[in-house]
Amino acid sequence: MNEITITIDGKQVQTQEGEYILNAARANGIFIPAICYLTRCSPTLACRICLVEADGKQVYACNAKAKEGMDINTSTTTIEAEKRAIMEVYDVNHPLECGVCDQSGECELQNYTLEIGVDKQTYSIADTHKPAQDWGLIHYDPALCIMCERCITVCKDMIGDAALSTVARGGENIEAAFKESMPKDAYAMWNKLNKSLIAPNAGDTLDCTNCGECTAVCPVGALVSSDYQYTSNAWEHTQIPATCAHCSAGCQISYDIKHTDIANPDAKIYRVKNEWNYVSLCGAGRYGYDFENRNVTKDTAAFDAAIVAFKGADTIRFTSTITNEEAMILQRLKEKFGYRLINDEARVFKNFLGHYSGITGESLYRGSLKEVHESDFVVSIGTALKTDNPNARFAMNNALSMNKGAGLYFHPINDPVIEDMSKNVTQINYAPLREETALYLMLDLFGDKSAMPSSVTDYLSTFHSLKTVTIEETVDEKVTETVTKKVLNEETGLEEEVSEQVTKTVKKKVSKEVEVDSNRLLDLLNAPANFTETLTKYLAKKEKFSLMVGPDLYTHPHAANCARLVGLIEKYTAFDVTMIPNLANTLGVALICDLDESAGSNTIGYNTAGNFTLSALGGGDLDMPALNQQEGTLTSIDKRVNPTNVALAFGGYVLNDIASALGLEASLTVDYTSQLPVNAGFKAVEFDTLPNHYTNAGEEIRGYVLESQRVEVSGDESVQAFDENSALQGNVVYLANPVLQFTSFTAVSHQLHEEGGLYASTAFMSANDLNAGDSVRVETSHGEMVLPLVNDSKINGDITYLPTFDSKINSSALFGGYRFTTVSIQKV
Amino acid sequence: MHSEPLNDRNVSEQSAYYYVDIEEYPTTGWDKFKQVVKRTFRGELFVGLWVVMREMIKFDIHTVQYPKEKLPIGPRYRAVHKLLRLWESGYERCIGCGLCEKICISDCIRMDTKIDENSRKEVTEYSINLGRCIFCGYCAEVCPELAIVHGQRYENGSEQRAHFVIKDDMLTPLDFLTSGQQAEYPGFGSITPNESVTKTPLAY
Repeated sequence: MNEITITIDGKQVQTQEGEYILNAARANGIFIPAICYLTRCSPTLACRICLVEADGKQVYACNAKAKEGMDINTSTTTIEAEKRAIMEVYDVNHPLECGVCDQSGECELQNYTLEIGVDKQTYSIADTHKPAQDWGLIHYDPALCIMCERCITVCKDMIGDAALSTVARGGENIEAAFKESMPKDAYAMWNKLNKSLIAPNAGDTLDCTNCGECTAVCPVGALVSSDYQYTSNAWEHTQIPATCAHCSAGCQISYDIKHTDIANPDAKIYRVKNEWNYVSLCGAGRYGYDFENRNVTKDTAAFDAAIVAFKGADTIRFTSTITNEEAMILQRLKEKFGYRLINDEARVFKNFLGHYSGITGESLYRGSLKEVHESDFVVSIGTALKTDNPNARFAMNNALSMNKGAGLYFHPINDPVIEDMSKNVTQINYAPLREETALYLMLDLFGDKSAMPSSVTDYLSTFHSLKTVTIEETVDEKVTETVTKKVLNEETGLEEEVSEQVTKTVKKKVSKEVEVDSNRLLDLLNAPANFTETLTKYLAKKEKFSLMVGPDLYTHPHAANCARLVGLIEKYTAFDVTMIPNLANTLGVALICDLDESAGSNTIGYNTAGNFTLSALGGGDLDMPALNQQEGTLTSIDKRVNPTNVALAFGGYVLNDIASALGLEASLTVDYTSQLPVNAGFKAVEFDTLPNHYTNAGEEIRGYVLESQRVEVSGDESVQAFDENSALQGNVVYLANPVLQFTSFTAVSHQLHEEGGLYASTAFMSANDLNAGDSVRVETSHGEMVLPLVNDSKINGDITYLPTFDSKINSSALFGGYRFTTVSIQKV
Repeated sequence: MHSEPLNDRNVSEQSAYYYVDIEEYPTTGWDKFKQVVKRTFRGELFVGLWVVMREMIKFDIHTVQYPKEKLPIGPRYRAVHKLLRLWESGYERCIGCGLCEKICISDCIRMDTKIDENSRKEVTEYSINLGRCIFCGYCAEVCPELAIVHGQRYENGSEQRAHFVIKDDMLTPLDFLTSGQQAEYPGFGSITPNESVTKTPLAY
């Protein structure tokens, strides 16, 4: 990418070669109207309002690329006439219901109509009856739809569900006279608009992962949240900039708050909004916002009991759904009073990171989701991508669709959502416990064999053998034949027989025996038969490689070896590695706390069971604030320390009050922000100085990025061989959550409320003669429980899974650490 | 309005303005004393007392017997608000657009809205905090549906302020509407209730 200079309206502007004119203008504060374009997605060319004149030629700013020295004029008489006509067309038959419309006040149709100054209507067409449709969490009113197709674009290019498309609109044709009288682009845009409407691909209702991003990008009130509909006006909300508390993606969101109702002036969160040009939310982030601990008052008796409990306890057990500051308080308490800190999920991640650092010499992984967005070859190993971190899935899909990318998805469970992302993605559904094999395959396929340790290359070569295979080929063969023809002799007028030699080219199939390289690693991973050819095709013209690894590796019995293999991949291949932390702040907790392996006898549980329980979910011995009631920072997968603010007031005690009573002096929890450990990569900055926004150029100005620290390496890069015989066979159950759920905090929110069970694919249920709702006895070597069976249409294959979001199901008790285990499932 | 008549301060005999005959003010102490004695004992006090006495005996009293009697007030008087209904159907005029809430300069209007069973926006609660309302009339002016108007009820005495300001108090009762008692302002944009106002039939 070269830096170039272009001129827009006489202003010299620096941009990258190949950048769209629209983005260059936006980054430099020059306004060009655009309705259908979405940053990070492909140009749709539906609205045509971004017309500009580049070097004397009319082009669309959203899909014309900047070239060195280009001279761009955003306003000419013809362009102004086109814009005016386009906005008039958008206003034709648009219902005048701004008074009740949810989008009123933040509607792009309102804004541009006023901006362009439409004060008179020239065009008309008979309206058609278009009844509103209810798609569950989403409400679609086609009468309000202006067919910008942003919903379709974002669903395909960013989310990867491709659940929406256009259907025929019906109704009358545009009067022929308009074709002559109106500006060309406006007519073309109207013609397209008048032919189509939005509809779900699945028929009457949406079949997707319910991220709701289509409602976020809708410029008008056509797609809105069903729950939010008609409850508020846009201007009534106070927007609280925050960081989503559900997973490690750490998306920037704003909690939109307003008084509860006329009788109750206390704030309530009405919806979650996002900067959809730069960050896409999943459904849990968008709909799971009301997880606050309600109606809590200062209960001095419970607080005193908590102090007594802390004085008597020897262990604090907690989850990673806490802020960095709270983690810091727990660490300080440990330093002062010698508590054991127990958080298994963060501990395995910390260990994994440590073993990885032992190879790479860096305390942190190199990649981030931003890097994945920019890659053209993405590999994911050991993570149920769409539910472990939906944003990682969006990043992979975005890379595949926007960068002409390709990808590999290594996971035991076949995922139809991944399958639908692109034609250029292959799923390799290995048997559980074969994660090491997948990592070895990565080294084998992409590793720099000349630089890698010889022990590794030698080991890898044992899997290769030459195999003679018979292939069928089509060859061109020349065949010479003698044919007899009857020719009319012109002199005599009689027909004569003449022999002639004719040469023809005939296609012929031949069998040939060739020697090919056979890679046994592929067989061990159950890779598709033609994998090698597919991969060669995938790798053509690829430049930027990303690898995402997930919790299956951290919990693996040979996690240390997996981590070292990942380290080798980072070091000896072109891949940048991104690790997906399990929960919202797993990375932060892993960096801040010294975690212990075994618990003592008297435990304090923070958001988890203990002899004395502190709970942000309510129902514990002392109530704590949930993450939307606290200020503090969360560490994201992008190694970024993101600030989050108080959306709803909390009337009770916070962890800092307990710590202060125990002798740690800090008036506010955020006093600890500047004390976060610098030797782990944190910076000594005050909480109040942390920014939380995106610029018009799309630059993420949020908190700060952790600095990776140099780690001493021993130089020992040996890795252990994997055991070819250890793979889980038979019925296997996985520890994961369904779409829209992460923790108990998502499950308590009113829109996502759900009862857990044993989740199984449709194929599994029909093969075992089971129906949704049946009670099944789930038995593993660690225990058993009876659960209702739940159908998940977003997985394929025989592996079932148990959720962690339902606090009534102690699912992790059925597992021995690793996310997979063999299981027997009996109907009861 | 032309301001010339007011700007013309050139007082002459032709003009409507003339100087009133004002006595010279006393300057010396003795003159001041004389003026006080004269004014005190002239008996003018009894002229006023006699008028009161005479009217009391005649029972010809012009005092408005408030609260038994009330003076008529102008149709555009800005007193406690009312929510009106549509004449033809009896539906509430308020669509819950929230413009009154937004324009209110003392921030005293609040409303709760929701989607009703017919997929329409329904205003479930509407309140005006009269403790803060300055009766500026912006809410009535901005209302696109002529739904919120100022009424004529100026008596703000009650056990509780809240008594005036929830939706049920402000909304025209249906029997009032049918008996034609819903007051309408004459003038721009207003509706004249008569036989020509009928319910529009709807095919769906």
